[in-house]
Amino acid sequence: MTANLNLWLIPVLPLAGAAINGFLGKKSSRTAVTTVGLVFSGAAFAWAFSVALRFSSADLPYQEFVAHWIRSGNFSADFALYLDQLSLVMLLVVTGVGFLIHIYSVGYMWDDPSYYRFFAYLNLFMFFMLTLILANNYLLMFIGWEGVGLASYLLIGFWFMKDSAASAGKKAFIVNRIGDFGFLIGLFLIIQHFGSLNFTQVFAQVQPIAPETGGAGLLTAIGILLMVGACGKSAQIPLYVWLPDAMEGPTPVSALIHAATMVTAGVYMVSRSHVIFERAPMALMVVAVIGTLTALFAATIGIAQTDIKKILAYSTISQLGYMFMACGVGAFSAGIFHLMTHAFFKGLLFLAAGSVIHAVGGEQDMRKMGGLRSYIPWTFLTMGIATLAIAGIPPFAGFWSKDEILWQAYQTSWVYWLIGVITAFITSFYMFRLLFMTFFGDYHGAQVDEHGRGSHGHDGHGHGEPHESPMVMLVPLMILAVLSLVGGLVGWHNHFEHFLDPVFSSGAASETAGVISSRLMEYVLMGISVAVAFLGLLLAYVLYVSKPYLPQRIADLLNGFYTAVLNKYYVDEFYAKLFVKPLIQGSTNILWQGVDRKTIDDTVNNAADGARHVSDEVRHMQSGNLRSYAGWIAAGSAAVIAYMIWMGVR
Amino acid sequence: MLSIHLILFLAFGAVCVAGAVNLLAQTHPINSALSLIAVMAALAGEYLLLGAEFVAAVQVIVYAGAIMVLFVFTIMLLNAGEEERTKGSRVAVSFGIPGMLLGSILVGWVVLRHSGTEAVVAGALPGDPKVIGQLLFHEFLLPFEITSVLILIAIMGAVVLASKPPTAPARKVVD
Amino acid sequence: MVPLSYYLVLSGFLFACGVAGFLIKRNIITIFMSIELMLNGVNLSFVAFAAHWHAAGGETHGIVPLSGQVFVFFVMVVAAAEAAVGLAIIIAVYRTRETLNVDQVNLLKL
Repeated sequence: MTANLNLWLIPVLPLAGAAINGFLGKKSSRTAVTTVGLVFSGAAFAWAFSVALRFSSADLPYQEFVAHWIRSGNFSADFALYLDQLSLVMLLVVTGVGFLIHIYSVGYMWDDPSYYRFFAYLNLFMFFMLTLILANNYLLMFIGWEGVGLASYLLIGFWFMKDSAASAGKKAFIVNRIGDFGFLIGLFLIIQHFGSLNFTQVFAQVQPIAPETGGAGLLTAIGILLMVGACGKSAQIPLYVWLPDAMEGPTPVSALIHAATMVTAGVYMVSRSHVIFERAPMALMVVAVIGTLTALFAATIGIAQTDIKKILAYSTISQLGYMFMACGVGAFSAGIFHLMTHAFFKGLLFLAAGSVIHAVGGEQDMRKMGGLRSYIPWTFLTMGIATLAIAGIPPFAGFWSKDEILWQAYQTSWVYWLIGVITAFITSFYMFRLLFMTFFGDYHGAQVDEHGRGSHGHDGHGHGEPHESPMVMLVPLMILAVLSLVGGLVGWHNHFEHFLDPVFSSGAASETAGVISSRLMEYVLMGISVAVAFLGLLLAYVLYVSKPYLPQRIADLLNGFYTAVLNKYYVDEFYAKLFVKPLIQGSTNILWQGVDRKTIDDTVNNAADGARHVSDEVRHMQSGNLRSYAGWIAAGSAAVIAYMIWMGVR
Repeated sequence: MLSIHLILFLAFGAVCVAGAVNLLAQTHPINSALSLIAVMAALAGEYLLLGAEFVAAVQVIVYAGAIMVLFVFTIMLLNAGEEERTKGSRVAVSFGIPGMLLGSILVGWVVLRHSGTEAVVAGALPGDPKVIGQLLFHEFLLPFEITSVLILIAIMGAVVLASKPPTAPARKVVD
Repeated sequence: MVPLSYYLVLSGFLFACGVAGFLIKRNIITIFMSIELMLNGVNLSFVAFAAHWHAAGGETHGIVPLSGQVFVFFVMVVAAAEAAVGLAIIIAVYRTRETLNVDQVNLLKL
């Protein structure tokens, strides 16, 4: 029996909220804007929840046709929605975490003059993200893809009066665009060879194709190009540089877009296209290698950072690397599992960081924090839970998903596993470093004065010391903390994987083949990853709580390496020299001076000048002199007579 | 074949040509006017040869006798002297003269080559006033009346244009 | 017997002299006289053709015979009117410009 689930409501409700807030919000009261923003995103979550309840009653995969779009010859793409287990999981994560962040934003952005604009953009983002998830063809997904990029730009540059924020927004959008270029070419290849962008049709045609073990071929090309797009959106090497800069945006934005949802779109897209990837082993390997390297690379940068949000940004990049590593070894469901748990604990980490920043009046540098656990106990509690989760300590959520990934990676190659374990150690270390530096020790910060500093935008807090956040901000923290605690339990006995099996079972040969390794091995590896997590905690405790003079000594010891890591390996500078500067030079000299000024402008100017010169010459004919007029008449009539005689004589 | 008709034609024609060339050659306008009168008289002779006696008479009376006299009066009134040599228009000379020459040579060539050699008999035309009067008042009545109106307008125009302006003395403008 | 073409050549020559005079001469009155010369040449042409058509049977060609002479009348009337008015204009211009040189009368407004 096929129930009509009215899926289209889910994206459209936030769109309505965005429209209302966008057009009418400026003149409305804060309460009205809040109501609209929360009601519409809450309604989307409620509807998604009801869909989940009725999930088994629908034929899966469930497709819902909304409207015609493109019909061109043999090619057609429609506004149509697609629901299966994978999109259901993403749906619940996005609407749930999104709704919680909406609630949190009410408190965080309350004092901001552009309150209404924030909620309009946030709802707009929800609309695009949901379109991306629910699309049944690549083209509609691409609309969502671009739309979330747009929303990200708008929200990163929310405080556009600041130059750094505006530049960061620009950087995010442009780097994303580079990835989208690869994505588009991949789509073109798909259209060319399969005649459609509809998931069902494309995958049906790809199914019977034999895997391209030779390392080159159409599917490999498509896979690598799609991965390029994913690198841009999900901040993997080499297109990750926008994500740390994106921390210029308000913290709820960082939580929602750059931790829980938008950056996971790449993972979702790769998982959705698993049919293609499974038949292109070389592409899969590229995915895995990129993911693994990114995970390690970003983690090393996180060690030395002092800005609380930047650490979390690099941590996001690193965790996304884990997800891609999972996809790259064929364990797509493990990647999605980690996506879900990551949304919980990373979202929580960002929101809690926002709470900390709010508490200390806008300061983001951890060296000016410390000892906050007595001032903001609830924030400390929730952030602690999230840190335990990300470090991979059981029974918190992160342990289950990360361990599953490492286990699957081990089955393909111990190199992936080893790098993953090292990264887990480093992750645990820097996350606990963050926790200890922020909440333990002595408070190094200045007393909070009347004006909030930093990009926080807080005004008028005349408190003398850090204060806890209001309830409206704390409740989402608590809910997410609970989820970070128990969210991983769905992985018990591989329940989660089995849930996603109908999606990934077509060609998931690698998973069943991996069962050959014994259970014993699995427990051994599990034990190693837990041990490594505790090692990280210990090291951080030693360096930042018991012997706080040590970090400086170590930094002096590893001077060169330390400076490189502190400066993010100078990647941004490298890109600037290699790409940005020549581009700007080329634009200025060739395109502006050469083409625009000389060719286009000068053509117009010279045309005008030429006309003027010609008329300067011709004007001498009108001299007012009677005889010259007569001369012209005589000459002209002679010409006419000659012509007529010639015509008559012929 | 040399008939008296032809000789007379050539004689009158020679006078016409000489007069026309002299009009061009002379510098003082009064000399040009007198040459023109000579041309007109010779033309009257040509008309007579063709048999258009009334037209010949009118030519002498109106053209040579009234219009040219008007010209001579004006020359005397304005005390026109010899022409100065001023820099005129190069176009007129360089374009106009060759153009005119080209045109006339072409027309002459066509006329001589392609028209028939039918001869015109001397005195062929019935040019007496009766015939012309009949034509004038039957077929060409409307143009006749219109030209009389035209003359009236010309009279009024000439009077208005040539009269002294009613206000104080005309301003002397120094060029 | 004089062929028609002789008359036409003479007429054309007179006309050409008139055009030449118009182009060469500088005195406005002389230019006027060149115009009269042109008109005379044309008159000769009319009369010659009238004689020709009268002899050659003009009615069969749809031409009113002898109408050439009537045309000459009208040409003379028009020439008279034009001479009168034109000379009046010359007098008026002479009053303001003090010159009869046509090269110096090349501005619409002083």
